[in-house]
Amino acid sequence: MKRVQFSSYFTQYFFIAPQLAIILIFLYLPIVQTFRDAFTIQDAFGFGRYFSGFDNFVFVLSDPNYITALKFTLIFIAVITFFSCSIGLLLAVQANNVIHGKSAYKTLLIWPYAIAPAVVGVTANYFFSERLGILYNFFNGLWGFDWYDNVYDAYIYVFIAASWKQISANFIFFLAGLQTIQKSIIEASIIDCKSSFRRFWTITFPLLMPTTFFLIIINITYSFFDTLGIIDTTTIGAPSGETKTLVYKAYIDGFRGLDLGSAGAQSIIMMLIVLVITVFQFRFIEGKIHYN
Amino acid sequence: MSFLDLENVTKIYPNGTKAVNETSLSITEGELMVFVGPSGCGKSTLLRMIAGLEDITDGEIKLDNKIINKVDPSERDVAMVFQNYALYPHMNVFKNLSYGLKNKGESKEKIEKKVNEVAELLEIKEFLQRKPAQLSGGQRQRVAMGRAIVRNPKAFLFDEPLSNLDAKLRGQVRIEIKKLQKQMGVTSVFVTHDQVEAMTLGDRLAVINEGIIEQVGSPIEVYENPATFFVAEFIGTPQMNFINGKIKSNNFISEGFNCSLNSNINDQNVIFGIRPENLKVSPQGNIQMKVDLIEKLGADSIIYGYDKSNNYICYRENGNTNIKVNNEITLEIEEGKYHLFDKETKKRLN
Repeated sequence: MKRVQFSSYFTQYFFIAPQLAIILIFLYLPIVQTFRDAFTIQDAFGFGRYFSGFDNFVFVLSDPNYITALKFTLIFIAVITFFSCSIGLLLAVQANNVIHGKSAYKTLLIWPYAIAPAVVGVTANYFFSERLGILYNFFNGLWGFDWYDNVYDAYIYVFIAASWKQISANFIFFLAGLQTIQKSIIEASIIDCKSSFRRFWTITFPLLMPTTFFLIIINITYSFFDTLGIIDTTTIGAPSGETKTLVYKAYIDGFRGLDLGSAGAQSIIMMLIVLVITVFQFRFIEGKIHYN
Repeated sequence: MSFLDLENVTKIYPNGTKAVNETSLSITEGELMVFVGPSGCGKSTLLRMIAGLEDITDGEIKLDNKIINKVDPSERDVAMVFQNYALYPHMNVFKNLSYGLKNKGESKEKIEKKVNEVAELLEIKEFLQRKPAQLSGGQRQRVAMGRAIVRNPKAFLFDEPLSNLDAKLRGQVRIEIKKLQKQMGVTSVFVTHDQVEAMTLGDRLAVINEGIIEQVGSPIEVYENPATFFVAEFIGTPQMNFINGKIKSNNFISEGFNCSLNSNINDQNVIFGIRPENLKVSPQGNIQMKVDLIEKLGADSIIYGYDKSNNYICYRENGNTNIKVNNEITLEIEEGKYHLFDKETKKRLN
């Protein structure tokens, strides 16, 4: 193989400089800043800061509001991941079996994927507004739904708002996954097994496992980090901070409350949580997956 | 006695394509029937209709005197071997073989016994715990066969099962399949586009073209008495020679050569067909040919050339021929070994 030789080191660094600058400014600098914030305390007017060790962490972890947000976040992740994956899978299986108008179904089901989380939140707002909301009135008629007051009703509101868009994303990947399964394998199973339900769980689903595993990680990351806009445009944490996710809380404490020390400590705790979840998944789940 | 019956079976796809057109055929018990034809002729569709993977637009399919048109594929008592094996990649060989039985609700001991029997028969016992990805092409092929055998079906359906194997293995597996089929005596349908496979495997062949069965018969029958121009053209390598011409008072007249023949046809445009091995060099011959190309295959040689009116003709000689390119030779047609086809209907005339 022929190697391209540059006459001086300067040319090489010149070419990678823009990329390096972006990484340094938008990735490494904030990380350094986060650590600095987490281990220091700033005075009220921002004139000085002093090193405070783990004080910020102790403060955060002993705050009952933080524990509430942590609990909510874990429930939020589990519910969003489970429902958006299973509904996405259900829709993908159905759309894959449709013979007439297949592409129309696909297009319509993929559309919500293109919407930004904040826009999803605003849209959900219309549905759940107290006076105009179709869903608000519908649920209110069923059991007196009121997300301003009732914690579980507020949960339902953010769960629906946050999983709606994600269903589309999961749908796309599951549909693609289904289409990579050899048709003849499905046909062989049709001859081998009468029940289509059983066929799905013994043949199709195991062959979709790589996709499912990938999507579980993607969905956890999504519900953890990307739903800030949705919370901020729907409940804003109502009632009384019960629907704040960890990211949202860190954002509010840091940028609205201007408590950068607490926000920094919260960010580092979140990073550790994600690390643990990811390691767990790769350790214990991935080994059971069949990759073609 | 007929065992698998197709009666006026038709398949029309939703987009209007007629894949199979009013096809009728009966296959006797224990017979190996080969569907052969070019790609897209409807042979696979026909097989898939028997398996239940395609629904039947019109007509009836009967297996063992029972109409199976509406029967679920898993309850038709047929087993299919697919072109790309279609093994379940996430299951080991044992699970691949037992999957069908398990779904039928057979007991664990019975499944184990059956799978072991079949594994023994196919010599795949040592692979039972392996996944398909860890097997070679030939081994996968055997597992696919095993999966069909283990169900003890009334009919085996083979959908071009050899086309993924390399040439050497293909020959071996072909012989294995034939032996197994005879040994087990299970009625089988084998789809292929390869005429060597068709000729060597089939008890009978059904030559299919554009959704219609052109001819059904034993390999030799089909070879020696092709019923239509298509069959004559499709079966045999090198291909039969065809010369357009006319019959007038017991004489075939073409631009290149004339010959006398015994026929009650008169004054009709025909296609005259003659197989390469039915031509031989002889001074009394009536076809004059200028040699263009010689293929020496060892056992025999194929000699190609032009006749007087530029028809490309080939004939078969013994292996070590001394004919050279550009030689002028005269060929004689073997007595009675010619085939006449109607120029319009393409049907056989003699």
